[in-house]
Amino acid sequence: MDILGLSKISPDQVILWQWHFVVIDITLLYTWLVMILLVGASWLVTRRLSSDIRVSRWQSLLEVLVSAMRSQIAEVSQEDPDRYLPFIGTLFLFIGLSNVLVIVPGYVAPTASLTTTAALSISVFIAVPLFGISRQGLLNYLKEYFQPTFIFFPFHVMGEFSRTLALAVRLFGNIMSGDKVVAILLAVTPLFFPMIMHALGLLIGLVQAYIFSVLAMVYIASATQSHEKKERKDQPEAEDVAQDTKHNPNA
Amino acid sequence: MDSMTLIAMVSIVTAGLCMAVGSIGPALGEGNAVKQALTAIAQQPDERNSITRTLFVGLAMIESIAIYCFVISMILIFANPFWSHAIARAGG
Repeated sequence: MDILGLSKISPDQVILWQWHFVVIDITLLYTWLVMILLVGASWLVTRRLSSDIRVSRWQSLLEVLVSAMRSQIAEVSQEDPDRYLPFIGTLFLFIGLSNVLVIVPGYVAPTASLTTTAALSISVFIAVPLFGISRQGLLNYLKEYFQPTFIFFPFHVMGEFSRTLALAVRLFGNIMSGDKVVAILLAVTPLFFPMIMHALGLLIGLVQAYIFSVLAMVYIASATQSHEKKERKDQPEAEDVAQDTKHNPNA
Repeated sequence: MDSMTLIAMVSIVTAGLCMAVGSIGPALGEGNAVKQALTAIAQQPDERNSITRTLFVGLAMIESIAIYCFVISMILIFANPFWSHAIARAGG
């Protein structure tokens, strides 16, 4: 079971097959496994979808997942979720499944390697300007970098890079630390405490998948709608105030 | 004391110190954030969903500081570059 020794912090170090510069390590192997599982399961389920009242249990599982993701994206972005669902949903499903599969013996989460998380966060780094430019045009998007004055340009650029780094290191650190804590506890107090930490690791894995996709959505939303919010601010917010007092019994 | 012992000693002590000092700030920050979120939920239970979501995102942001410290101490213990350098020097 112990594929990844205690003294190795990254599954990249376990190499299965090597030919010159082409290296297959277990990170790649398990990434492919997760991808095959996701694609295969979705293909099997969506092959015979029905709009009848009686649907198969797998179809209702997929419906629950997709509608939950759509509602979360709609809440964060405050607009039509279908535009962002493919990207954000893929991120969530991939990270979530690869974190949850750690209950299978012999499996090492590909997200416990910095290379996987760096690739994921770089894809977010590229997607943010793409969505922003496609939404508000190149000039308007670039203008955001010079708000409120041109002095803030380096800080905006620095923010882009540092949040990409933070996204990668956060996911890597959380998953890797869960792995290591279980491995260390197995050596100290076998059986009971590692089990509890493993259960905690499952929870943390799902929370991290959620946080990664919500943060990606927040970054994309900040790139696409900063312009619209300014326009909305000009109008008086009479309805919002009325709604607030209705929601708050103490007011 | 040769250089290997020195490097090992300094790395281990620094790793422990990094975790000890580096987790104080995030712990205070997370406690404060949760306290405020609980107060807000107690006052406005209807807004629980959006408060919880913002809380989770904020907690992840705060927690990442502690995670940086953890990653650095892990690197110092398990993948120490100075240690590898010293071993390479001694071997070659």
